Amino acid sequence: MLRIVLFLLLFSTYVIYSAVVYSKGTENAVSVDRIEAGKINHGKKLYQQYNCTACHQIYGLGGYLGPELTTAQSDPNRGENFMKALLKGGGPRMPNFHFTDDEINAVISYLKYVDATAVTYKKPTPK
Amino acid sequence: MTTEKKLTDSCTSDKAAKAFLVLALSYLLFGLILGVIGGFQYILPPFLKDRLSFQQTRPLHVYLVIAWIFTGAQAVIYYYIPRIANRPLYWQQGIWLHFMLQLAVSLFIITSFFLGYFGGREYLEFPPVLGLFIFLSWIPFAINFFATLKPNYKTAPVYIWSWSTGILFFFITLSESYLWLFDFFRTNVVRDTTIQWKALGSMVGSWNMLVYGTGIYLMEKTSGNANPARSPVAYFFYFLGLTNLMFNWGHHTYIVPAAPWVKTVAYVISMTELLILAHLIIQWRKMMTDAQKYYHRLPYRLLSFADFWIILNLILAITISVPAWNYYTHGTHITVAHAMGATIGINTLLLFASVFYFIQQVRPNAAERRKKMAGIGILITNIALLVFWLSLLGSGFVKISGKLNNEAFYLIMKKSEPWFKVFTYSGVFVLLGISLLIFASLKALLRKKDL
Ligand code: HEC
Ligand code: HEM
Repeated sequence: MLRIVLFLLLFSTYVIYSAVVYSKGTENAVSVDRIEAGKINHGKKLYQQYNCTACHQIYGLGGYLGPELTTAQSDPNRGENFMKALLKGGGPRMPNFHFTDDEINAVISYLKYVDATAVTYKKPTPK
Repeated sequence: MTTEKKLTDSCTSDKAAKAFLVLALSYLLFGLILGVIGGFQYILPPFLKDRLSFQQTRPLHVYLVIAWIFTGAQAVIYYYIPRIANRPLYWQQGIWLHFMLQLAVSLFIITSFFLGYFGGREYLEFPPVLGLFIFLSWIPFAINFFATLKPNYKTAPVYIWSWSTGILFFFITLSESYLWLFDFFRTNVVRDTTIQWKALGSMVGSWNMLVYGTGIYLMEKTSGNANPARSPVAYFFYFLGLTNLMFNWGHHTYIVPAAPWVKTVAYVISMTELLILAHLIIQWRKMMTDAQKYYHRLPYRLLSFADFWIILNLILAITISVPAWNYYTHGTHITVAHAMGATIGINTLLLFASVFYFIQQVRPNAAERRKKMAGIGILITNIALLVFWLSLLGSGFVKISGKLNNEAFYLIMKKSEPWFKVFTYSGVFVLLGISLLIFASLKALLRKKDL
């Protein structure tokens, strides 16, 4: 009996905890206007459609063959133009996806947005 | 135990359990081959770049090896259930329905990867509609499990708790991992990422519950000692594992800007795993003497090697769950060492223990004949895996040092090259070792002559 009670207790805590994580625990700190939001959404869609996640990570999610992209936008060694160049022509390992300029801009909008949210990731970086 | 069916008695559902096992072993074989191709793509960038790029090999590898883990666990659970319940499976056609659904879904997933249709989510990289079919395919399994066993949780042994938890949480976490389909979740990257880590972290916990359950059941069967499945200590560790399944996922999200308490909860809960580690180390001497005593039994040998990997991987997991260290180790191949170390060293070895036990029960002569091949396979796998695991750690350290010195990505890759070579070549031996286990099992299961 004790075990059943213990399980139910843990499970209820899990349900409540999940609800709090879904809402208060993950509130949006970066707001964007409607037009930008549309581009970000498009960029994210492309990111998933081309499975960039197989080679790149965002916040640790994804494979390791390519560089992690969470803070690529604000990285002094990389930044927007560098990213655009790779998206346009591919690299030694990165495929060329033959994106249009619109698509490249959408992907960049998405990565820019991700970068803007990455406050805890950037803070302790020894620069 | 006396109420249990004699284990050599056959059940009508055994044929289906065997079919599941063959399917699971095929997933493993193809998954391994794709892993090795992925490894070569690390050291030879142009290798198959245009025909089968890493964009495809990684999801194929990861999907197939994960499918091996849950299908293998389901296969042996289908074999164990009627024996534990002492009655035939509740829904005989259900197991075949499950089989057909599972086979169809996996063929769709593999085809979509080859054709370049992706859903693009970590681990669930296939188009989202296939996630729904995975969900459906598990329903007959759940019905057969609960309706055949009719578990009485007041007295149920730990493995029944473990399996029940695994099934329940698989449904919960699979659903959770598709919350991104709703705008409320998708449009906020912090929420989306946190929940994806939450769902995946606990989903891995749910397979572990299935696999560990089979390990504990086997321990009870092969040692004739009920302690691992029914003592207060056993239940204590089950609940500790459950707490970790529910709350420790936050250790993946230290870098995500979610609320700080998510990380504190995860950190505190993750550190309770030290208790598991301490327990294992205290038991080590006894484990070693038992392992020597029963070394001639294949399942026992596999269980003992898995114990070794549990200890190594727990040390690694606990280390990378400390936020100050996680900041450096995350995003490096140390995480891959953790993921593959656990899925190969622990899950795969535990499952093979059950596979050989199954074979010994249903085809004892065939099992005896394949023992040597399997024994060599076990040795090669474990030695190669140790090298494989260490090489991933090595390349992880190269990356950490590169990040600290602000080195460019290509430079870090260049410096990691020797480690990647060791990784890929030892991966070939992991493939070889596990293939021996696969072929020993398949031959014993399928060859008429061996009966
Ligand atoms: C097959 C693996 C692979 C896939 C798939 C892939 N990339 Fe890359 N990507 C790389 C590698 C590797 C590099 C580093 C340059 C190189 O070696 O080619 C890179 C570099 C980049 C860069 C430059 C940033 C940097 O730090 O170097 C951006 C931006 C980028 N990729 C975005 C994307 C996007 C967006 C997608 C999906 C549409 C994608 N990549 C798909 C492998 C991949
Ligand atoms: C039973 C055997 C195996 C299992 C269960 C397994 C499991 C996994 C898992 C779970 C991942 C995802 C890792 C992560 O995201 O952190 C992975 C990635 C990978 N595995 Fe394996 N693996 C196995 C064997 C192999 C072998 C033999 C090789 C050969 C070299 C290999 C090569 C790879 C590669 C290249 C990746 C991708 C790493 C990346 O993200 O860049 N695997 N494997």
